[in-house]
Amino acid sequence: MTSIIELRGISKLYKVGKKEVRALNNISFNLEGEPAKIITVAGESGSGKTTLASIMLGLIKPSTGNVVYQGEDIHHLSSTEYKEFRKNVQAVFQDPFAVFNPFYPVDHLLEVPIRKFNRQLKKAQRKKLMEEALEAVGLQPREILGRYPHQLSGGQRQRINVARAIVIKPKLLVADEPVSMVDASLRANILEALVSLRENYNVNIIYITHDLTTAYHVSDSIIVLYRGSVMEAGSIIPVIETPQHPYTRLLINSIPWPDLSRKWDNQIHENPDIQEIGEQGCRFYSRCPERMDSCLQAPRLLSLKKGHLACCHLFQREGAESPLTDHL
Amino acid sequence: MYNYLRRNLSLAIGLGLLLMLVLFTANGLFTIDVKDAYPLSVRPKQPPSFKYLFGTDFFGRDLYAAMVVGVWQTALIGLIAGAAGTLIGIFLGFVSAYFGGIVDAIIKFICQMLTPIPPFLIQVIIASSIDKRDVTILTMATVVFLLSWMAPTLVIRAQVLSMRERQFVDVAKLSGMNNFEIIFKEILPNLIPFIAAAFVAQVFYAVFAAFYLAVIGLGPLREPLLGNTIWAAQSQSAFFNGWWWWPMGPALAMVFILGSLALINMGLDEMANPRIRSKE
Amino acid sequence: MRWQTLEYAARSKMNGMLQIRDLSVSYYTDMGRAHALNHVNLELRSGEKLGLVGESGSGKSTMGLAMMRMIKPPGRIEGGAVTIGGTDLLSLSDKEMLKSRLSTISYIPQGAMNSLNPVLKIKRQMIDAHNAHRENRNTDTIMTLAREAITSVELGEHVLEMFPHELSGGMKQRVCIAIGILLQPQVIIADEPTSALDVVTQRQVIETLNKVQAKIGSALILIGHDMGLMAQSMDKVAVMYAGEIVEVNEVETVFNAPKHPYTQSLISSLPRLENRGKFQGIPGMAPSLYQLPDGCKFHPRCPKHFERCTSEIPLPQILEDGNYVACHLHGAS
Repeated sequence: MTSIIELRGISKLYKVGKKEVRALNNISFNLEGEPAKIITVAGESGSGKTTLASIMLGLIKPSTGNVVYQGEDIHHLSSTEYKEFRKNVQAVFQDPFAVFNPFYPVDHLLEVPIRKFNRQLKKAQRKKLMEEALEAVGLQPREILGRYPHQLSGGQRQRINVARAIVIKPKLLVADEPVSMVDASLRANILEALVSLRENYNVNIIYITHDLTTAYHVSDSIIVLYRGSVMEAGSIIPVIETPQHPYTRLLINSIPWPDLSRKWDNQIHENPDIQEIGEQGCRFYSRCPERMDSCLQAPRLLSLKKGHLACCHLFQREGAESPLTDHL
Repeated sequence: MYNYLRRNLSLAIGLGLLLMLVLFTANGLFTIDVKDAYPLSVRPKQPPSFKYLFGTDFFGRDLYAAMVVGVWQTALIGLIAGAAGTLIGIFLGFVSAYFGGIVDAIIKFICQMLTPIPPFLIQVIIASSIDKRDVTILTMATVVFLLSWMAPTLVIRAQVLSMRERQFVDVAKLSGMNNFEIIFKEILPNLIPFIAAAFVAQVFYAVFAAFYLAVIGLGPLREPLLGNTIWAAQSQSAFFNGWWWWPMGPALAMVFILGSLALINMGLDEMANPRIRSKE
Repeated sequence: MRWQTLEYAARSKMNGMLQIRDLSVSYYTDMGRAHALNHVNLELRSGEKLGLVGESGSGKSTMGLAMMRMIKPPGRIEGGAVTIGGTDLLSLSDKEMLKSRLSTISYIPQGAMNSLNPVLKIKRQMIDAHNAHRENRNTDTIMTLAREAITSVELGEHVLEMFPHELSGGMKQRVCIAIGILLQPQVIIADEPTSALDVVTQRQVIETLNKVQAKIGSALILIGHDMGLMAQSMDKVAVMYAGEIVEVNEVETVFNAPKHPYTQSLISSLPRLENRGKFQGIPGMAPSLYQLPDGCKFHPRCPKHFERCTSEIPLPQILEDGNYVACHLHGAS
């Protein structure tokens, strides 16, 4: 069984002055890759979703645990193995402007990976590859190649970002809020491009967002993070339509659906408690409207049924121990 | 480019002055006899005339020839010391910022220790302890850049530190570039305006330092360095003796040189600031 | 075009408290003249909530700033009138306008919570806000107003004694709303008040804004690009495109029966529970404000455009209550 990437007990701690902030808390899962899936990692700022992305991409190291690619820890790969890892695990970032080096025209973003990962191609073949990728995201190569980033619009730049992923055809693409800085009318195009990557090239996508409406639209499964821990996970439809964890319920309840038949009615009120409980307790304790004494001890992530897991004492009796991966 | 110069007046005027100086020197170097810049070549103590455009001095130098050679030598010192200081700054600044850790700590520490030392003091001590006959253009340049390399190092280090966190560096890593490629191909090109500004600042500082060291008599005394000429004029009480043209030329030349460098530096600063810089 | 405004003024029977007529704003930059707002008309009654939506470059933020007369060079208000209760703000002197800000019309800018002064207590910042626009500086009066404002945004009075860094993002934003309603203005303009907030806090802030507005009875203009927020909290929606309002209508009509092709495309591109997996974006790009197309600004991207749209600017077809749509398909002859 080939797995693309496996996270084993990943934790990340940051020291802020004297305090220690736990950005990620013992996250484990195994991305198998066949069939290709789109998995959302949802959370607000501070949830750890961006940290998780950086760790998966190998840009930062976890404090404990490891990221395993084809049996080896990614930070201990030989240079050929690393090159293969690099090619197969790529990203699309949130800010369409920041990914471009302002000194070069936008071609640079596409040329560098082609040169690095497809050495055998000749100049004409490289150009053709770039042009096809641009056309696949709905851009005209004539209007794009040779231009500088500041001469293009945000929507165009983000599409070039996705074109870069098409040029590389990785096995895993980490998309960190790819449409949050793009106009509403263009989001559909970019999301469609991402889904087509899965359809046509079997690319697995980890879609990181705080916007559950687009997540519902695009993904197969979802992991809900809160302050570094998994609160709920599973197939997208049951989690969004029948959320179980109090945090997920709070989130779903607050989504501004552009749909008049789905208005905000019953406000779920948080139950703020200023007292901070220790590291052993549930991360959501201080805001949870359903907290109990048993929550002072952190609950375990248990499956409620196939395709739906929750980490909450409300379900400790019904749930069964089951690895996260089996339900995504 | 032309449009930009119209808006960036200091850069435009600075470059204009520099161009004039270059033309003056270039033209001069082709038309004069270099020997005339040295003592006992022509009739001494002559006021400016058609034959001697800047007059002659007590020792029998043709001051026009002295000016031309002096400006050229000053330029040499400026360029050598400026380039040396800037290159050291680039190398240490990049290494320090990109690799961080203990290397960064050491370099930063040394820079911060040396910066508060008044360079004038050290330069005077070093320059006056060298045997007078060994003082040449090269030694002057060395004395000058010895204490000037810290500023460009810290400035470039700061810029690289901020660039290193930019997302396009992450993207470059994901695209398979290694650290050296990232430094040279991704970060360095974006720092060209800063490096240019640092270079001009270094040249300015070098020219000025060479000047004041020569004015107090610590320069290579035989050479017609601009500061030397003034020192010589002072030691012969030129003004009291009515030879006003002797120190006037070098003084004006110095004003032009430093002025043009300062204006170019201001202009480059504006260009390097991404908020003001206009894009084509 | 002046015709638009004269038509609008003649046909619109609504006598709204807020009347915007023929508002135009341009920015003069190196690249030429950008027409940010073109002869915009809008009316609103007291107590009405209007969502002003549009994408980047549509002019919605410029509209908010123009209403406050806060357009700075290289921008310039080219013409028009912004009338509140009979007084045209654009014709007031600078001093009179200064008094009108915060007291007649108030503006909560995007990222307001980041512009709270970090070294002053909240109380101090409210006093400063008051004194900038009112001459009567009686501390007791001011503190009463401050306490009322802070409680109406559902924060405790103790917040007045706190510093910005002691508050969460949502609380800071509510403080900014409190400052905005301190003098109980007739019109509140909120520009993307929740863009940096998480979805749970966003709902709280929007609901607070609504409560406060209902309590004071002012009109509210919420500027943003999130159609979802508009659906949840507004009475009316005005859709902007390339510097013009292309459609204004009750929120139900805009979502369920939009009239302008741009609005239609926008609504169908929104992700909802029902259209999962179906993607319908709008092809092409918004036009550059330096080179607007002739005729209807949307015609190059409009799936329903015809000959007339390429040369003739559509006049607003007035519906009741200050609503209108500017499209040849709903032509005013």
